[in-house]
This record gives sequence, C-alpha cells and structure tokens, in this order.
Amino acid sequence: MDDLTDLGIAQIRDGFRAGDFTAREVAEAFNTNVAMGRGLNAFIVETPEHALAAADAADQERSEGAVRPLSGVPLGIKDLFCTEGVQTTAASHILEGFVPTYESTVTERLFLAGAGMLGKLNMDQFAMGSSNETSHFGNVLSPWRRNDGGNAPLAPGGSSGGSSAAVSARLAPGATGTDTGGSIRQPAAFTGISGIKPTYGRCSRWGVVAFASSLDQAGAMARDVTDCAIMLEAMAGFDPKDATSLDLPVPEWEAGLSSDLRGKTIGIPKEYRVDNMPREIDALWERGIQLVKDAGANVIEVSLPHTKYALPTYYIIAPAEASSNLARYDGVRYGLRDLPDGANLQDMYAATRADGFGAEVKRRILIGTYVLSAGFYDAYFTQAQKVRALIVRDFAEAFEKCDLLLTPTAPSAAFALGEKADDPLAMYLNDVFTVPSSLAGLPAMSVPGGLDQAGLPLGLQVIGKPLDEQGVLNACLAIEERAGFTARPGEWW
Amino acid sequence: MSVDETTVRKIASLARIAVSDGEVAAMTGELNNILTWVEQLGEVDTAGIQPLAAVVPNQLRLRDDVITDGDIRDEVLANAPQAEHGFFAVPKVIE
Repeated sequence: MDDLTDLGIAQIRDGFRAGDFTAREVAEAFNTNVAMGRGLNAFIVETPEHALAAADAADQERSEGAVRPLSGVPLGIKDLFCTEGVQTTAASHILEGFVPTYESTVTERLFLAGAGMLGKLNMDQFAMGSSNETSHFGNVLSPWRRNDGGNAPLAPGGSSGGSSAAVSARLAPGATGTDTGGSIRQPAAFTGISGIKPTYGRCSRWGVVAFASSLDQAGAMARDVTDCAIMLEAMAGFDPKDATSLDLPVPEWEAGLSSDLRGKTIGIPKEYRVDNMPREIDALWERGIQLVKDAGANVIEVSLPHTKYALPTYYIIAPAEASSNLARYDGVRYGLRDLPDGANLQDMYAATRADGFGAEVKRRILIGTYVLSAGFYDAYFTQAQKVRALIVRDFAEAFEKCDLLLTPTAPSAAFALGEKADDPLAMYLNDVFTVPSSLAGLPAMSVPGGLDQAGLPLGLQVIGKPLDEQGVLNACLAIEERAGFTARPGEWW
Repeated sequence: MSVDETTVRKIASLARIAVSDGEVAAMTGELNNILTWVEQLGEVDTAGIQPLAAVVPNQLRLRDDVITDGDIRDEVLANAPQAEHGFFAVPKVIE
C-alpha cells in the first residue's frame, strides 16, 4: 500500500469500505505525520488516542457489516470547537487549560458520523487575524516556500491557519474551520487546498467559541471539492441549541456534484477589480473566467456598488460583537484568573483580561467598546448595520441576473510572517474579497486556481445565493477539474 | 472624531482591561488610524434604510418552558478558577 496519508477523505472512506486497509492503519499513518510535522506548529494539542479509538470502533463496525459516513476518516479540529475532555483555548492564554465538559454540535456530528480527531489545530487567537500571528501558542508556518531559495517562513493564512497547514502538509485529510470574514477561504487559498463556508445558519455555532455571532460560521477544509462536500454534509444540520440554526434538511451535496455548468450564469463583480491588484491575481481571475466558460457557463459583468464599504463595515460590526461576546472572560467561571494582592472584583476582571488577551484581541475589544459606547453607537454601529443592509441588497440584485459570482479569494499569495504584523489596516485588507459575502451570510468557497511566479498557490472564490452550497460546490468542481492544480509543498519540516 | 488618551483609558475601563501608560499611547494611535478609516461609512446615503438585524431570514423559535441543563453543578464548576461549597468564588465585593 502506498502512503495512506496521500489519500483524501473520499479515498479513505471508499478504500476502508472496500477493505483495502484498516481504519487503524489510516489513523496510525496520520498520527505519525502529525508528530513528524511538529515544526509547522499546526497543532496545539495532539489526540492520537482519540483517532485510534474512533478507528478501532470503525474497524469493529466494519467487521459487523456496518459503516458510517466518515468511518475510518481522522480529522483535525480547529481549536475554536469545544471538545469534551480535550483542552480548548481558541489559541488564547485566557482559556489555557480550559477542558470543556461538553462537545460542540459540529464535532459531535462529525464523531457520530464515525470520524476520529487527530488533535486541536492552532489558529489566530479568538479567530482574530489573517496570518496566524496572534496565537498565544506561536505562529503556524505554512508548509509552502517560495521557489526563490530564500526559505522565508510564510503565513498559512488565518484564522484557520493550523487547519490549512495541516491539510496542505498531509497531517490530516480534512479539518474543520470557521469563517467570520474569510477565515476558511483565505487560508485555503494561501495553502493550495479547498475550503467552504456554508450559508450562515447551516452549521450550528453551539459549542464554538464565539467571535462575532452574526458572522461566525463553521465549514470544511480539505484537499478537494468532493472531500469538502462530504465533510460539510456531516457537519451541517439543524440544532435547537443554536437560535440562528436553520431548520432545514441537509442536501446530499456529494451526490449532487456536477461540473457541468451549462445553463448557469456566472457574474463577475466589477468593483472587485481593486487598485494595485497584482497582475498575477488579475491573470488568475481571467483564467477562472475561461475555465467556467469551458464548463458551459455564461459569464456576465455585474455590479456590487457598496463593495468598497464592506471592509470598514466589517471592522465595526465584528469588533462590536466581539466586545460583547468576550465579556464572558472575566476570571470567574473558567480560564485564567489574575488576582493581584488586595485586588477587588473589578481589579481582578481588569488584570485577568489584560493578562489573558493578546494585543489584537484587546485592540478589537476596545474598538468594539468604543463604537457601542453612548454617543457613538448611532454614528458607527447603526450606520454600519444600515450599510450592511445595502451590501446584502447589492448581492440580491446581482443574483437576479446571475446564479453565482466568481472572484479571486485574496489580493495576493501568502506573505511572509511578520511582513504585515505591525500594520493592522494592511492586515485587514487581506480579507477584502471574502468579507462582503460573510456580511451577507452567503455560501462561498475557495478552490486552487494556479501558482504565482514564486510557486505559491492562488485561490479562486465562488459565491452563491443563500442555501445554494450545491451551486458553489459544482462551480468549484468545474474549476478544479480544469485547473489541473496538482502542486504540493515539498516536505522540508 | 479623534480619540485621545483620556478616551482610551475610559474605553479600557468600560472593557475591563487594565492598560499601562505605554499601552495607552500606542493604542491611541492605532485606534485613531482604524476609526479614521471606518469613518468613510459616513459618506454612504442610508436614508430610509433599516439597520440589518438578521442576515438570513429565520423565525425566532421558542423552546418549551422546561429545565434542560439542570443538575450538572459539578460540570458547570469544573473549570472554575476557584469554587467553594458548590459556588463560584470571587474576591469580597462588599465589606
């Protein structure tokens, strides 16, 4: 048998069912890669025993003639998902040592589907960041290197950078991610893998450490479109424990996959042609347009006039919601407590939060507190919610003329760690193409489209109408089949 | 609207985050940069537009009026930095 870690989710599932190998062999192979890949710093906690236990259960069930949808498949789990009995920190100091007594709905569904867990994946602290440089547990390194021989350590993207690095480096066949403003799609693009954020409400947020509740949505990250469809199908579904969960059946996305785009109209939003966009990104976009045309789609230009305001809108709404959500970290019920000598309760809160939150998290809590404070609420927060309504309307109007939208995922390939760390605004601009669809709650996916001159992956993004994950997956499958992206990082770690 | 150091101290106090003098100076600059940038939203004409409340139309559900999470005191307290007699313990609030 060739290296089992070269297999994706569908291949593992099918090979396991066919009896080509045991689930234990798969789990052991990935556990080995996880241990060999420690130089990437992709995992905060490794759970080889969890992966083995799920594998042994799968092997036992197979011998009894019963298999589940993800039997035999071990996965990486972003450290934002609470996992019963396994430390969950959101890559923060304030939650260091927190061991949930409950399981997030998404991980519960994955485990009930037969999947095992390889470990908890590193990320930007509280999912705030685009480079994985805000983790309390150190940067994740991208497995990719530029072909200039310089070996500069590159960002795996954020916030799901541990997830993207692990999948790209073959430490896991798939991983959960969460996306608030692009945190699945941008890291997927940077590391040459696929990642889908479904419609807001498709996946339960119960047990997922909250960043910005009206935006946060879990999704799947894997090597290809089919694997994403399989994984998302297991993750999604109604959950009475999440008031924003959609009470709708989960479509059979894998069975519905088709790369035939005849009869589909794909819109190209003209406002996404931003100033100073690298020529390579423009060329990638043109290539994507050609690929969907080759698959039979009709391509038209559409307008999303409020695109320019999406990013500032996001950087009011997300911090506002974060300042509220992160108020729960006060040193009383869980996590860190910093109690200086003679301190009263207020001093304890302030000291705990000063010590427990990283710089980017504090910055966003302060911005959020400011825009929600008396005197500024209407000027900032209410205005942002109105502009958000206009952004949603832009998409609705565009979708009267087309079925899907095609854009680049990010304005550049992966940048070097440290390159943008001291300029928050420059860092925020990474998410310029992914934030608008997050604000509108739309399904959106990144799929590899090609390489830049330095040999780094570039992603194309497909955005769909609410609940049209199938359309998004199909268009990405059409791109995947025609782009012929087979590059993978050399194993230097 | 320009943010000064007094305002940053006030926001930090509202957010219950202790800040040193050095941090206040640095944050004042950063917050001003970001707030100046987001102020471009003021140029958007939003007359007659209702602020967005929910991104995906979804009917608010009411659950049955029954206790669904009771009788797990020890689980609730399991991660408490300090728990005594089945309660969360905090520094003295009233002398």
